[in-house]
Amino acid sequence: MSTPQLAAAAGARLVPGRLRAFARGQGTLTAAAVVVALVVLAAVCAPLLAPYDPNAVDPLAVSQGSSAAHWLGTDDTGRDLLSRLLYGARPSLLAPAVITVVAGTVGTALAVTAAWLGGWWDRLVSAALDVVFGFPGLVLAVVGAAVFGAGLDIAVATLSLAYLPYVARVVRSGALRERALPYISALEMLGMSGPRICLRHLVPNLLPLVLVQATTSFGYTMLDVAAFSFIGLGTQPPSAEWGLMVAGGTPGILAGRPEQSLYAGAVIVVFVVACNVLGSGLSRRLLGAQR
Amino acid sequence: MIARFAARRAATLAVTLFVASVAIYGALFLAPGDPATLLVGGGKPPSPHLLAEIHRQYHLDDPFWQSYWRWLTGIAHGDAGQSLSYHDSVARLLADRAGNTLFLIAYATVLIVVAGVALGAVAGLRGGWADTAVTVVTTTLMAVPVFVSSVLLIWWMSVRLAWFPAYGSGAGLTGRLEHLTLPAVALAVSWLAYVAQVTRSAVRAEAASEHVQTARGRGLPDRLVVRKHILRNASGPIVSVSGVAVAGLIASCSIVEQAFGVNGIGALLVQSAAKQDLAVVQAVALLTVVAFAVVNTAVDLATSALDHRIPLGGDV
Repeated sequence: MSTPQLAAAAGARLVPGRLRAFARGQGTLTAAAVVVALVVLAAVCAPLLAPYDPNAVDPLAVSQGSSAAHWLGTDDTGRDLLSRLLYGARPSLLAPAVITVVAGTVGTALAVTAAWLGGWWDRLVSAALDVVFGFPGLVLAVVGAAVFGAGLDIAVATLSLAYLPYVARVVRSGALRERALPYISALEMLGMSGPRICLRHLVPNLLPLVLVQATTSFGYTMLDVAAFSFIGLGTQPPSAEWGLMVAGGTPGILAGRPEQSLYAGAVIVVFVVACNVLGSGLSRRLLGAQR
Repeated sequence: MIARFAARRAATLAVTLFVASVAIYGALFLAPGDPATLLVGGGKPPSPHLLAEIHRQYHLDDPFWQSYWRWLTGIAHGDAGQSLSYHDSVARLLADRAGNTLFLIAYATVLIVVAGVALGAVAGLRGGWADTAVTVVTTTLMAVPVFVSSVLLIWWMSVRLAWFPAYGSGAGLTGRLEHLTLPAVALAVSWLAYVAQVTRSAVRAEAASEHVQTARGRGLPDRLVVRKHILRNASGPIVSVSGVAVAGLIASCSIVEQAFGVNGIGALLVQSAAKQDLAVVQAVALLTVVAFAVVNTAVDLATSALDHRIPLGGDV
């Protein structure tokens, strides 16, 4: 059972009437979509929205609480936290986006060709996906960082590989289901070539499935990327990135100033929850009839 | 049937481990430049004399499969080479840290299984407000990633309440319990919540089934119905998801060890990767992947042994 379903079930007990309808249906989905849209907008418009340069240190305003000048306060070198959160949204969103697009495209291509051609290619692809699936993504990324040096690009490359099976396995079984439907054999009978059927008919019909998988894995890739930066192997200081901000705030926590870590952590959690809600909402909406 | 299934899973495990070990060892030769620089660590160009020495010591000029085989059998015999950035043998670095990591993972596993199953069973059997409370709390906890829960626990339990130390691994049983409680909790919370939810749904499904109604109708005592008819039958998904959780702990304990400054194998992996000391990274990565894959396979086998209705063939 997925998180949002459980949340809806819990909501049903807690609140009667209209609120229950809100918790079940449109409301949460809309709220999640709004959260995702706002964060993406903030990342794109960071230069317009941020009141300060994210890397500008101000020795006169070190470790301040929130004030009119600095809405969320400053970090231990006097950098404005709001500006850093806004600019930090860029790598924090871009890296998972690239991973999702690469894993989604390559995974779909592998899955569709495997399902269409069958035979040794299908067995090879399935076996390769099983092997990758048995390899924890974070460990793969750490080995990559050890060989090529720390950085977000190596995390993107290795995690794209690690997330392939999550898309490809689901899409492959979807493609197998679809291939067995009469319209495909009708097209074959009409003399349409295999690649053309795949590109024109099979893949478009699988897109909802790919979209749902991509939305859900976007949240998980974001967690992995942030964790990778948190352990110090991803984004390097002084760049602003959410996972790095959570780690960078730990000295502040010990000094009784947890704001930086808490804000960055809260932003990550809220965004990932929104992604998951959106993913299962889309799944109900787009795949509901099929399941 | 079960034997054939076990044989196939063992074959998949062997292939996975083979490919993983080749990938981990081969990573050495993917890097631009001389692979020997990666065995020195530190990312700085060492002297030609040292490089030649390393080439000789690690047999880097031999054919790939020969040096791969030497590396693999070396690790199997407890010899994983020398770490030049730590000035110690890799085997000793691992041995010094294995205790902390195993303690941490065992501690977190106990928390996940005991608290997760207890919470889920109470929610599923009691219903009402207990069910609502457990569902709301676990749904929230499931969304909190390990590194955020670590930071929250440090802030709340070590800084504000000062109940537990925020840093270090401790010595002896009490020292370890004191130092590793927060890391274990941080590692466990989101998996604990997941196990609780799976337990709750499994228990609810069983409690509503006809064989339980029949058992109650026969007048069996409540305790017996719960133990023999509900929990026993709900154990399949619970065991399966707990095993997945343990595999997850193995993969993510480096985050927690890094956050709490625990002197463990996960932190060693991260720190040696940052130093680009590949002799250490390769050995730890191989160990982690072996543990991860073996646990996953064991879970699959245990799940199918517990419930003979699970189809053993389906790969779709």
